[in-house]
Amino acid sequence: MIKVQTPEPFDPLLQVPLVPPSGHYSASKLERVLRAGYFAVTAELNPPDSSDPRDVLKAAKPLIEVADGINATDASGANCHISSMGICSLLSRAGQGVVFQISCRDRNRIAIQGDVLGAAAMGVSAVLCLTGDGVGVGDQPGAKAVFDFDSISLLRALKTMRDDGVFLSGRKLSTPPNLFLGAAENPCVEPLEWRADRLAKKVEAGADFIQTNYIFDVKRFERFMDKVRAKGLHKKVFILAGVGPLASAKAARWMRTNVPGVHIPDSVVERMENAENPSKEGKEICIELVKKMRQIEGVAGVHIMAYRREHMVNEIIEESGVLADRV
Amino acid sequence: MYSVRLFCTRNAALFEKTYNVLENVFIALHPLLNKLGYNRLEKPVATIEALSKSFLFDCKMCGQCVLSSTGMSCPMNCPKNVRNGPCGGVRDGGFCEVNSQMRCVWVEAWNGASKMKSGLERISVVQPPVNRELAGSSSWLRVVREKAELKLSLKQQVAQGDVDLAKTEMANAFPDARKNHPSVAPLANEPQAALAEQAVVEQTSVHTSVDRSLDASVNTTLHTSAPSLQKGGSK
Repeated sequence: MIKVQTPEPFDPLLQVPLVPPSGHYSASKLERVLRAGYFAVTAELNPPDSSDPRDVLKAAKPLIEVADGINATDASGANCHISSMGICSLLSRAGQGVVFQISCRDRNRIAIQGDVLGAAAMGVSAVLCLTGDGVGVGDQPGAKAVFDFDSISLLRALKTMRDDGVFLSGRKLSTPPNLFLGAAENPCVEPLEWRADRLAKKVEAGADFIQTNYIFDVKRFERFMDKVRAKGLHKKVFILAGVGPLASAKAARWMRTNVPGVHIPDSVVERMENAENPSKEGKEICIELVKKMRQIEGVAGVHIMAYRREHMVNEIIEESGVLADRV
Repeated sequence: MYSVRLFCTRNAALFEKTYNVLENVFIALHPLLNKLGYNRLEKPVATIEALSKSFLFDCKMCGQCVLSSTGMSCPMNCPKNVRNGPCGGVRDGGFCEVNSQMRCVWVEAWNGASKMKSGLERISVVQPPVNRELAGSSSWLRVVREKAELKLSLKQQVAQGDVDLAKTEMANAFPDARKNHPSVAPLANEPQAALAEQAVVEQTSVHTSVDRSLDASVNTTLHTSAPSLQKGGSK
């Protein structure tokens, strides 16, 4: 007779969320790196359309070596993929630092406040609050857009949960989530004049760190940072500049017309057009951008969004030398 | 109307002045309004408010107007209903990400705010999410009620059963927004006419379960009758 061994039941409580070090809101690697004064690197994971956890680990693999936090997108561009909650749970349990992206497009305040507790229980300690792209640009444009919160009211809601230990209804949390709160800002699109003021509002609402949208226009970004420094915001919030490698001139043109919030100046598109090896040129441009960001006062790190070019992230960071002071 | 809407943000300073005068007149009239009964006033005032504000601002009657904090550009016209905009998707020239033919509501808002006396100060205040229970009701009457409420201490109001304790966290979480616009996180009990029937029933049950300090039966009556705030509810 064959004896079947019953596996031990998995006890989720065996891994309780880590306690934040003193002076920290969370136990996230990203927060520790930033507070220690290092130039931080985060990278966006391309979420698989799969229910196999190995696909998630495979997608994370090229980012693990260099990223202090792996961003799990929440149906970015309103396209359906495996959820950010699922990705973050898997990667947190695998010991990786993650940034749990939350978009206000698909869930209302009840779902989001609950999800944040769920994520925290699974080990997530950094979140990025986003308003989210409209449903129209995605793969299911007939969907109902929710937008109950916006990014800023969401930030304040999570800050209230963390610091006051209550839901927005006032009901007490027995264990509040220890979260490092993030938000996005887009320094390169209209209204350019007021973008720094909006950043101030995000800081006021509770942002601890900022990951910007793609920056290809360094001049625009520098003007933005001038205002940020004039307001002293760079001392109140860690700013990670968003960069990424372009694949080709055609891809660049497609992105700036079809992806909301992407501004790519003509000079960059021309440079891609004239390149013998566009893919290599895209990588070069990205390395140059990372190096430039390192020089700008008030920039605390970079956020690499290398959609379908994740294999390059490692080399981009290595060659830019921004991690040279680590180890 | 779209063109009138744009006219309003261009002339935000004028509307700011007009509104401030009207608000003060309404608040001065509070004792009279209270005597007439906010419940009775709700429908006629809401109708007038909807007609005038939808003509001027394409108002959507969210019931918690923040126009003077948004450069006189109604945030409910933003396809994402963003109350703290603009989002990161604004197109070149300041057009909307979702509706490329429309000026971004929030680009207009910041431009309008920059023309107002306290516009930039107010647009910098973090606004809470919209309370959908209040949709369709009069924001004007709510402002008057709330501003009159502020004169009483919170404790006194709680003792009298005039304040919905379940709502206080929203007010705590967004204190500055409530200071400028008490109606975005209102504390006073709503007259029945201001809420959809279903919402009143739901709210009563939530209320009694959360707020144990108040007698459940008093709560129920508070929700089904007009509050007379100065006399301490419908006791």
